[in-house]
Amino acid sequence: MEKHMTKMFNFTGVMIQFILNNQLVETNLPGGSILLDFIRGDQHLKGTKIGCREGDCGACTVLSGSLSDNDHVHYKTITSCLTPIINVHGKHIVTVEGIGIEAELNQVQKSMLEHNATQCGFCTPGFVIAFSGYALNKETSITGIRESISGNICRCTGYKSIEKAAVNIFEQLKHSPKGRSLDWLIKQRFIPKYFQKIPERLKKIVPLSPLKAGVLVGGGTDLYVQKAEELQGMEAIPLNQIKGLTDVFQNGTKLTIGAGLTASDMLNNELVMTALPRLKEFFQLVSSQVIRNMGTLGGNLVNASPIGDLSVLFLALNADITLLNLDTESSRKLPLKEFFKDYKKIALQKDELIQSLAIETAKTMAVNFEKVSKRTYLDIASINCAISIQLKGDEIKEIHLAAGGVAPIPKYLKNTCEFLTDKKLNAENLRKAHCVMKEEIAPISDIRGSAAYKRLLLRQLFYAHFIRLFPNRVKSSELLNV
Amino acid sequence: MKNIDSTSHLSGKSIFIDDMPEIQGTLFAAVVTSPIAHGKLLSIDFSEAETLPGILRTFTYRDIPGENQIGGIVPDEPLFAEKELHFVGQPVALIVGKSDFICQRAKQLVTFDMDILHPVTTATEAFERNQFISPPRTFKMGDPENAWKECAHVFKGTAESGGQEHLYLETQGAYAIPMEKGKLKIYASTQGPTAIQKQTARVLGIPMHQIEVDVNRLGGGFGGKEDQATPWAVMVALAAHHLNKPVKLILSRHDDMYMTGKRHPYTTHFKIGLSKEYKILAYEASYLQNAGAAADLSPAITERTLFHCTNSYFIPNVKATVHSCKTNLPPNTAFRGFGAPQGMFAIECAIHLASKELNVSVEEIQKINLLKEGDEFPYGQKAQNVMLDNSWLFADKQWNIAKLQEDINQYNAQHTLKKKGFSIFPITFGVSFTNTVMNHARALVHIYQDGSVGISTGAVEMGQSVNTKMMQVAAGVFSIDMHKINIESTNTTRVANTSPSAASSTADLNGKAVQMACNALLSRLKKVAAKLVSGNEEALDIKNEEVFFNKKPTGITWKELVKTAFLQRISLSESSHYATPEIHFDKSAEKGHPFAYHVYGLVLTTALTDCLRGTYEIEDVKIVHDFGKSMNQEIDLGQVEGALMQGIGWMTMEEIAYDKNGILLSNALSTYKVPDLYSAPKSVEIIPLENETDNLAILKSKAVGEPPFNYGIGAYFAIQQAIKAYNPDYSMNFNAPMTPEKVLMGLYEQT
Repeated sequence: MEKHMTKMFNFTGVMIQFILNNQLVETNLPGGSILLDFIRGDQHLKGTKIGCREGDCGACTVLSGSLSDNDHVHYKTITSCLTPIINVHGKHIVTVEGIGIEAELNQVQKSMLEHNATQCGFCTPGFVIAFSGYALNKETSITGIRESISGNICRCTGYKSIEKAAVNIFEQLKHSPKGRSLDWLIKQRFIPKYFQKIPERLKKIVPLSPLKAGVLVGGGTDLYVQKAEELQGMEAIPLNQIKGLTDVFQNGTKLTIGAGLTASDMLNNELVMTALPRLKEFFQLVSSQVIRNMGTLGGNLVNASPIGDLSVLFLALNADITLLNLDTESSRKLPLKEFFKDYKKIALQKDELIQSLAIETAKTMAVNFEKVSKRTYLDIASINCAISIQLKGDEIKEIHLAAGGVAPIPKYLKNTCEFLTDKKLNAENLRKAHCVMKEEIAPISDIRGSAAYKRLLLRQLFYAHFIRLFPNRVKSSELLNV
Repeated sequence: MKNIDSTSHLSGKSIFIDDMPEIQGTLFAAVVTSPIAHGKLLSIDFSEAETLPGILRTFTYRDIPGENQIGGIVPDEPLFAEKELHFVGQPVALIVGKSDFICQRAKQLVTFDMDILHPVTTATEAFERNQFISPPRTFKMGDPENAWKECAHVFKGTAESGGQEHLYLETQGAYAIPMEKGKLKIYASTQGPTAIQKQTARVLGIPMHQIEVDVNRLGGGFGGKEDQATPWAVMVALAAHHLNKPVKLILSRHDDMYMTGKRHPYTTHFKIGLSKEYKILAYEASYLQNAGAAADLSPAITERTLFHCTNSYFIPNVKATVHSCKTNLPPNTAFRGFGAPQGMFAIECAIHLASKELNVSVEEIQKINLLKEGDEFPYGQKAQNVMLDNSWLFADKQWNIAKLQEDINQYNAQHTLKKKGFSIFPITFGVSFTNTVMNHARALVHIYQDGSVGISTGAVEMGQSVNTKMMQVAAGVFSIDMHKINIESTNTTRVANTSPSAASSTADLNGKAVQMACNALLSRLKKVAAKLVSGNEEALDIKNEEVFFNKKPTGITWKELVKTAFLQRISLSESSHYATPEIHFDKSAEKGHPFAYHVYGLVLTTALTDCLRGTYEIEDVKIVHDFGKSMNQEIDLGQVEGALMQGIGWMTMEEIAYDKNGILLSNALSTYKVPDLYSAPKSVEIIPLENETDNLAILKSKAVGEPPFNYGIGAYFAIQQAIKAYNPDYSMNFNAPMTPEKVLMGLYEQT
């Protein structure tokens, strides 16, 4: 997921400050420089490894702690390979060198040792950091600890030993007092003592003054995959310098979500979760936790990938977007379905960015998101498909369907939706709707699958929505065995 | 006992090549490669690249003082292409500059003038065009030509298995440092330090003693750094030689993926004949191996395919021929299993085809054809200490196979959109380099005067914990604390002429050498001790760092004994050489006794398929594995689990894709998917089959690197059975990997 960029003039002179492990560091490197290179190159901390430089292996995972309003530091994992250094100003960055207890291993490391969860050792620091990040968070589910390492690839162990370590860490944390304080974690030897003083030390770092020029960058999760080399020497403007990008508010029946929110932010937001209670389940299929911690909603939209997960989901939620002109400070609204013009072409004009997205929450729409990829998790879809639907009696009152991987753009399936509106929800109509759908898609054969497969898969996922949402109205046998 | 590197791995202190402190003045490099799969190189223009500030120099074949050749088995691989281009990613030049970043930018400014020729990307096309790496080889047993008449049932089919990216987490890399008098020291991430030393000497035209190769550890190898770690090391050596400056090259993931070779894709045409009672009487296989553009290790890999063509089955009449086909892909190379998995997959496909056509269970055919004690392999070796029948019995006793199958049938009867599939797959894997001359190793053991011990071997640590095992061997012989022992880096000046760490044999070969050296030192020390206690050395023992005489403690410590020996001018160093006895192979007859022993085992796999979406998960894997007498159960179990996962990856989601122009499409971790946490089988149970029969294994602990990779093959057939349970019309093509695409297409295939 990317946040896009208005390219402006280069300029220098910004001093970026943050705490790296137990040390305040500062640099005047261009803000677009990559955190990983700063850690390994400038700071000579070699425990953080370079595995892929595209956020797909987790070997470079570090913790990023941000000071929240109540003077607590909230830690999340990020892949340092995709992080522009400007984004960590005023934060606490923790690498494997800063997570041990003085000269000894912390509890996470000890568990991994005990369960033989390291073989060649190259991916190991990434796992250590990811597990430590889990320990630092309030969550206490076993699925949560598994998710914490969903972005980490190990080629040696086959994961079973790492799973055993995960279970052991989970067991140790299960009985932590509610909220799992820093004191408790320090006492239990999960984190070193110096963490205690980090909040007050972070408070002393002066926020960056407004930057006038540079590439606007969000999580960097797509931008730095596409053009890392180009960005390295450039100044960058972090999203928090632009007003309103991370706001979420309910206004009547409209829920507005700031485009600068990361996928994880959305999952942690009550308003969003009330409107979309199954979002967590959907997002499990969207990248990995560490990438969801970084990638933004707006980034996923402007990236305009024909297979963008959030694009497809929000198209099916019939979302509107607000575009803000940074130069004139004026804004305009348009339906998301009118945003995607052609392959990687979007209705974004010069100096514009997506400020927010809004969905209707008054209607009781049933929502579902389906995605199939070669690997179920942390993969790009062969086909993804989302639906929101409202019935009146046994008729479809309103329906919105969107699919990825079937057209040059994330495709709102207009004709299919029109065909189904006011129709009875039954297998026969769905089969007919599939015939309509076939005519409005044009998948191509590529690395994600052959065109024939994509056609069949879209049919399956289209049916899957109804089998999942209306098991009593639609029988799978009537849909499939004909 | 844990892997001795665990603590440094977990605290991020383990040093890989790219983590070494850089010497001041170190230069960096980028490899310029062919943009086309086949063609003539008319000219190349570096002018723009060379004028970029920070770029020092470019090197091409013209800068090579020695021979432009790095082919290990066949001299068919230039370090830098000269006039002909044979694959996308073939090195053409090296750009050296002040940073990685500058070199990468310069690389993009290089322009080529080329004539494009037709690229061949499949083995089948190469076969039709008679393009081969080496002459075909055939293993033959019995009378395959006439045996078909005796068969009640004969079936023909084709099995396809795909390539596989090694995806070691640490990419390829090397760092060359010029020393005095024209010498070079090369740090490399390689399984074969001697190969680098030898090829560098060849390219630079200098003797091997001018080159020191040092390997601390690898962030994974899996065969991908056996031969293919060499070019990068030779390139930086060449640059360091010319510039007299340290030069480092670490491939980016993308460069690594498109420049290096992978597991060989195979297309196998097979024919299987069975008696009325389903005894397999005859088997014929013709393997088309996609070798890529140069030999690399392909000739050796073809050989291992033939050695494993009948896997765990006794078949009296066999003819197996392998054609190593030359295509315009990067030279494919060693990868855990080394050609054996492809052969084992094909015979299993033949059995599954027979089962389907005859409508009898696969297990029935498997069971009555399992290899028995004394049965002959198609290459003449007799099977010894066979653990197949007892693996099966053991599995059945442990898990009740009939009940497992019954449960699955019941599940399938109760579920319409979810189906389970089950498979049993036996493995038999030969241990030793099939090239007999490579089965030797040396160890150098120093006891320092303070009683601490330093050990050098030819073994390369790459996560398999070979160093841990070496330490266990030495600590066992000396009976001293492990903390007294240090396993040194693998260095060609300390241990020379090494075979690569490969063929699952590293611990066996190097461990035996360590054992010999330690025993020689121990007997020397015992002589010293005998004098001290004025007794017979036969009655002496060292236990827990103390000398025992007639089983009674003497109060003489290890440290004192060593000190005494030192003062008596007794040598405290020993170098030993081990060569595997008993093995031999006659290539002209294609018969012999090439393996020190075989490793056996059995895997039961259950897959669960979502028949709506075409996705699947491996629910359960149960393994009975022949560890011999494992010297380190924790580490060996880790090897089995890791190999299993890699095997499952190869059979399921790992799909290499090239377009018709020979350009790699699966060229990043976003397009080439290896198993993640969620792809791991929900449950893995491994039961060791303890035995102490094989003395050629180190401490009777059998090789464990490659054999369990093959357990992954079970996943393919389990998924296939699940598809069949949903769709009776499923044609059951044998085409691995079994991607979700193939599953969905199979589920909804119509006859």
